[in-house]
Amino acid sequence: MGAPSTVYVPRDSSSVAVGADQVADTIAVEAARRGIELQIVRNGSRGLAWLEPLVECATESGRIGFGPVQAQDVAGLFDAGFPAGFAGDAGLAKAARHPLALGQVEELPYLKSQQRLTFARIGLTDPVSVDDYIAHEGFAGLRRALSMPPEAIVNQVIESGLRGRGGAAFPTGIKWQTAMRATAKPKYVVCNADEGDSGSFADRLIMESDPLALIEGMTIAGLAAGAELGYIYVRSEYPDSVRALEQAAQAAREAGTLGANLLGSGRRFDVVVRMGAGSYVCGEETAMLESLEGRRGIVRAKPPLPALHGLFGQPTVINNVVTLATVPVVLARGAAYYKDFGVGRSRGTLCVQLAGNVRHGGLIEVAFGVTLRDLLQRWGDGTASGRPVRAIQVGGPLGTYVPPSQWDTPLDYEAYAKFAGVVGHGSVVVHDDSVNLARMARFAMQFCAFESCGKCTPCRIGSVRGVEVMDRIIAGHEVPRQIALLRDLCDTMVSGSLCAMGGMTPFPVLSALDHYPEDFQKGLDDASRPNPQEPAAVA
Amino acid sequence: MSGLAPADVRGAVARAIERHVARPGALLPLLHDVQHELGYIPAESVEPIARSLNLSRAEVHGVITYYHHFRQHAPARHVVQLCQAEACQSRGAEALATHAQAKLGCSMNSSSPDGRFALEPVYCLGLCASSPSMMIGERVFGRVTPQRFDQLISALDPGDN
Repeated sequence: MGAPSTVYVPRDSSSVAVGADQVADTIAVEAARRGIELQIVRNGSRGLAWLEPLVECATESGRIGFGPVQAQDVAGLFDAGFPAGFAGDAGLAKAARHPLALGQVEELPYLKSQQRLTFARIGLTDPVSVDDYIAHEGFAGLRRALSMPPEAIVNQVIESGLRGRGGAAFPTGIKWQTAMRATAKPKYVVCNADEGDSGSFADRLIMESDPLALIEGMTIAGLAAGAELGYIYVRSEYPDSVRALEQAAQAAREAGTLGANLLGSGRRFDVVVRMGAGSYVCGEETAMLESLEGRRGIVRAKPPLPALHGLFGQPTVINNVVTLATVPVVLARGAAYYKDFGVGRSRGTLCVQLAGNVRHGGLIEVAFGVTLRDLLQRWGDGTASGRPVRAIQVGGPLGTYVPPSQWDTPLDYEAYAKFAGVVGHGSVVVHDDSVNLARMARFAMQFCAFESCGKCTPCRIGSVRGVEVMDRIIAGHEVPRQIALLRDLCDTMVSGSLCAMGGMTPFPVLSALDHYPEDFQKGLDDASRPNPQEPAAVA
Repeated sequence: MSGLAPADVRGAVARAIERHVARPGALLPLLHDVQHELGYIPAESVEPIARSLNLSRAEVHGVITYYHHFRQHAPARHVVQLCQAEACQSRGAEALATHAQAKLGCSMNSSSPDGRFALEPVYCLGLCASSPSMMIGERVFGRVTPQRFDQLISALDPGDN
């Protein structure tokens, strides 16, 4: 009798939301009933959302997967030989006959065709195990950073070309340099984990499937900027992320990789996990600082830059989760390695979150330059509803609806900016031909009205007027005049708002109007309505 | 609805103050603790919190009312939050919301007649590739069909049915 078999059942929200806890419990009960000894590791998700809960078992030919597994499938899996009976070639053949069999998980085309750098570890490890983390290149970046002067760390990040993955795409190393050169003390590192943009889940995936990567990235930022304390501001909608981060931070402290004596170097850095309270605007960095300081999340005017005058008035490095979680690989493998991926001024990888009406939604990390059509064809595999794709919103609720004519444009910051598109944090939300873009435009305004912090008038009042105008358009009342009014209103919001909330809400609205004008005419009587454009299918 | 004894409120608030008062930017974590323990933030907790942090009552009240997460009244036993953002809309979130309202007998942002359920919209739970999604209390659910919604609701409070 060999060692007990190891089986993996993910513990992150995207798996738990579709029954992973029940599957893990049932596996334990069923194994006990059959007298089978096994070890259940609650790993992170691989990011293949449609296969969750994805159950894996370790064999000598790699980890083989089954999914999506429900609790009622577990007894059948054991009947088929799970897990020990899947050893050897005969065992693999036996496993392959199971209806939920996926074969070797690493060989799944969805996964194999990706270039996972930031997300290299997700799904492989127990997210809160420091040993697992170290066995998968964890803390190699920190170890290297501890041997470098701050200027050298900053230079590595600058040379890597890493830009803020939260949406604004500002060069990360430049932010760090500004904070490093500031003379005031203390300094802080703040991680913006207020992932409020609908369609995005990359931050959540990191926090729940590889939280130590974020903690390592923040620690490196601290060494570079001269900060000894970091705050992670997590939205209140993600209680599971808060728990995973707190567990991971505690494990890191116990292992000496976080806290008073980083890897025995005598240097110190620690993190505090803070919970937001349900305010979208707090994803804007200055509103987040206000919230961390204990006030309403109202946007501050810039300058002063947070890098010089940030949290509690002190120099502060503020980065998004994915950005910070990418720093360890940049340090571990070197700037040149990271920079080698990507196109133009968009270096490294883009962590696409493919979601909405697609059969195979999930996390797709690839070099910048992939197109929407690639994503739909090679990964998405069409819509979940089986109907043609009609509209794709890229970059969150403030991103544009990208028309079919741009589905072959490479996803890179500059190429998208040319047609007023927004790569943002890389969320891609697919809609089939049942979508009504006038309603989506109304939703964008309504969302802005709901979430506006209220400080500036174009956003606070403009969004409410926007909903009213859209209501009149949808009702077919004075449509041409209302459309003129809508454009004027959008112009005011774009030019006059203090932050991206009001300043970018017009992006989805105007792109819907420009590319799907027929949806804005549906309120008119049939005689005056133009023929609806033939919906564009995925070729 | 609110059956909280004044002593319970005082105790919870005092404990939260003690835990957080020395921390910079203490107000949000402090309010979270009060709400976690009591289910909401009672009006009578504003004054002691303000005093402990050297803030005005208006400032504390302003924070409580600014953030959607903080409640000023006792919530229903089960708070059901349905995601209504774009990715969930693309997979039938609106139809699910209509179904949920009929099933629970209440409209969005209100409570069921028996007070057991509150129904609220939420804008993104980060489960966009498993949409439509919802949260009941702190438990998340994805791929929620109307049938699955009914099963999940019936599975709550088995002793009551």
